[in-house]
Amino acid sequence: MTSTGRPALVEVTGVEKRFGTTRALRGVDLAIDAGQCLGLVGRNGAGKSTLVSILSGLSEPDAGTVRFGGAPAPRVGDIQRWREWIATVFQHSMIVPHLSVAENVFLGAGPQGAPGVVSWAAMRRRTRDIMREWGLDIAPQTPCRELSVEQLQLVEIVRALARGARCVLLDEPTAALERQAVVRLFDRVRQLAEAGVAVLYISHHLEEVFEICQDVAVLRDGELVLAAPTASLGKDDLVAAMVGGVRTAAPPAAAAITEACATSTADGAPVSADAAPGESAAAAPAPGGTVPGKTAPAGTEPAGTEPAGTEPAGTESTGTAPGAVMPGAVMPGAVVLAVDGLTSDSARGRLSGVSLRVHAGEVLGVTGLLSAGVATLGRVVAGAEASTGGEVALHGRRLPPGRRAAAQRAGIGYIPEDRRAEGFVALLGVAENITMTITRRLAGPLGILRPRGRAAAAAPLASALSLVSSGPGQPVSELSGGNQQKVTVARALAHRPSLIVAITPTRGVDVASKELLLRSLADVAAESGAGVLLCTDELSDLVICDRVVVFVRGEVFTEFSRPPFDRDELIRSTEGLADPSEEAAR
Amino acid sequence: MISNQAPQGQAAVTPGGTATAGTATAGTAGAVASRLRGMNVNVLREVALLPVLILLIIVGTVVSPAFLTVSNFAGIGQQSSALGVVVVGESLILLIGGMDLSLESTFGLAPMVAAWLIVPVAAYGDGTELNPYLGIGVLLAVGAVVGLVNGLLIVKGRLNGFIVTLGMTIVLAGLQNGIVKAQSLFNLPTAFGYLGAASVGQLPVSLIVAAVIFILTGLFLRYHAAGRAIYAVGGNPAAARAAGIKVERVKIGVYVTGSMLAAVGGLMEAGRVSAVTGQQGYGEGIIFSVFAAAVIGGVSLKGGRGNMVGAASGVILLGIVSDILDLAQVSNYWIEAIDGAVILFALVLARIVGGESTAEER
Repeated sequence: MTSTGRPALVEVTGVEKRFGTTRALRGVDLAIDAGQCLGLVGRNGAGKSTLVSILSGLSEPDAGTVRFGGAPAPRVGDIQRWREWIATVFQHSMIVPHLSVAENVFLGAGPQGAPGVVSWAAMRRRTRDIMREWGLDIAPQTPCRELSVEQLQLVEIVRALARGARCVLLDEPTAALERQAVVRLFDRVRQLAEAGVAVLYISHHLEEVFEICQDVAVLRDGELVLAAPTASLGKDDLVAAMVGGVRTAAPPAAAAITEACATSTADGAPVSADAAPGESAAAAPAPGGTVPGKTAPAGTEPAGTEPAGTEPAGTESTGTAPGAVMPGAVMPGAVVLAVDGLTSDSARGRLSGVSLRVHAGEVLGVTGLLSAGVATLGRVVAGAEASTGGEVALHGRRLPPGRRAAAQRAGIGYIPEDRRAEGFVALLGVAENITMTITRRLAGPLGILRPRGRAAAAAPLASALSLVSSGPGQPVSELSGGNQQKVTVARALAHRPSLIVAITPTRGVDVASKELLLRSLADVAAESGAGVLLCTDELSDLVICDRVVVFVRGEVFTEFSRPPFDRDELIRSTEGLADPSEEAAR
Repeated sequence: MISNQAPQGQAAVTPGGTATAGTATAGTAGAVASRLRGMNVNVLREVALLPVLILLIIVGTVVSPAFLTVSNFAGIGQQSSALGVVVVGESLILLIGGMDLSLESTFGLAPMVAAWLIVPVAAYGDGTELNPYLGIGVLLAVGAVVGLVNGLLIVKGRLNGFIVTLGMTIVLAGLQNGIVKAQSLFNLPTAFGYLGAASVGQLPVSLIVAAVIFILTGLFLRYHAAGRAIYAVGGNPAAARAAGIKVERVKIGVYVTGSMLAAVGGLMEAGRVSAVTGQQGYGEGIIFSVFAAAVIGGVSLKGGRGNMVGAASGVILLGIVSDILDLAQVSNYWIEAIDGAVILFALVLARIVGGESTAEER
């Protein structure tokens, strides 16, 4: 990829890395030039994180070399010298919240002065200079806990630049940003590239890669399978390269599920014992098989009792009608969830008088900007957070605010926003995490729980979601992000909820798993008559929804009452631009 | 939570039912395989102290011919059992990610209150002359109340556990001396002292009871829903809450249980020395040994990790060390320094061998 005769700014050759029996990287070659913005994509577990950690100087490759500007890279662990070449802005913030912006920028490497003496003035001045140079406006003495997520990210980028790094590695930088902020971030990235900084941009969002990267590299199972200019590729080409070329653009949903199993078993990745023989047969009717009996009140006939999934699933456009939405689904079942006049002054976004209904078998999407209260609504309904007013009723019974256990007992399944924080107990096994919501049922009157009983109860869910693990006892901390999310989803489905609250369920999940997770939610709704409240800022998630409500500043701004949902209209209304009356007429 | 469902009911109505059952079987096979694998790791971690114990036994045998005798080991058992029961309580509290310094004061106060109500005025009692069996009930109640207050302050009041229990330690130790005007209570009824003093043949009753408590707690932690909830709460309270576990209830319950176990430990100690002194517990400063035994045994101070096999080996190790120091007739002036140094050494060794890491996981 070196376009000139000069050595590339960052060059990786033949890099190999093993973890136990897993070959995380198999002979990867990659080069980034000054001023180039290179996108790096791949499914979860493809080796992106391993490559990031090698490029950041945090771990040493088993074989192969890393060269900076033609010279060998500094010793692994010599972070100071490494940072002079390449600095990483990690997916998870590396900011110390109680320290000021300037202190965070110079964390671990103060500006020159007498050795061991902190020169506050120099630190602030340098920070201010860099900020000015890049047209940023954050006061150096502000404590970082007062900054927004977007500002924190900028501080991390400034930190990279302050060390003089000539290559900036951005690991999923947009995961927690609003669309406006993403646009601003992209401007910065372009600005960096124009100034001759090399950018390695890692993302699950392929459209972002097309938007700002000149070139893209695809990792699959530890191998670099594609490296080409973005202009020469279509989105389908990228997806095909990531998944392995077996996929077509819009596969039948059922096939997608079985295929997800097939790819996970075929590629030599550790395979769970639960995903052994007869797995694809079991996976097809999933997860309906795990959700027999209707939990909806008698008289409610949920739409589509046979396994949905012969319809094409829209992957790249929210405009495609999802498989689960059959003509019958338009006729709503009984009201499962009734939210009336809900208010909250949560730090995650206020709610100011939200009322809405979710019917049996219906998937209601709630979307909006991050600060619009979308996640707050989900948390309040699930009982994870208290409200300041209004009420939430399930099947007509009012729920006590802020009582998660009571909400679960009433039948609300909860897929939290941040899986690391709330989704699983990292030290405990896969099966134990999945069955954590049904321990009472598994335990019997004396409260005795047998590991075997847990494993048996978890197995169908694990295979339905094609969760890849070395066995039910494997600690969830050892799984990849996508599989961790599957554990979180399985945990919510395990207790056969009559309402599932899912908050950004596909965040940080690769394309194929994303589709599988969304489909499993839609299938549960269709087959068990459960309602789904899908709170997301990811518009492509809305493909499974029967209705979409858009929040602006904690209020219901507009409603799209039937698919297909027009992406542009959705974006406009999340920004509060569309005329509500016009929408209502639609 | 969901009582109307058939147990483990994956009752399959769909045509995929048979296949579902098939995977369930495969899952069970996997469970067995993984349990074996998991056990290998656990066994390694749990026997991590074995080389140290063997080394200590060799040292003991060299130091004194009296070391490797049944009566000596019965003595070690009797002396360690009171500590052991407190270690069970502290381990439970550590597992939920908490800490309780006041267990040492509960260890002194609970038997003191009970004995004070039992013995006559002439022996510095309060004159109630309570039935000794009721006295044991009072002892447990004192433990429960202390644990409840700690739990409420820490969990509901959101106060820091370290400072709350440190304060509680001082308050309880003050009460222990205050109610009897700093006297020691002797002439305890047989029933009250039985647990700490009696033996079945060569085997001290306290050792049997402590062993039973260790085993039952170990099984409870491994196979009981509430025991598993303790690991979930300690491992990630937010995730446990999101999964419908009543985190606050679990935590308060554990504080109460821990304090009650400390009270039982105090009863054993009172029986062993046939008296309740103002020094018992806080005065002797047993809390360092309690934490040391738990941590040497691999119970994580960050919660969510540890088990009873480890905790028990930690207790045994400390018991042997102090026995060897006794037998070697180390001067009383030096015994504390050496005891402390040995414990620190054991901590380092346990860290190296057992791999309990204090570093954050990625």
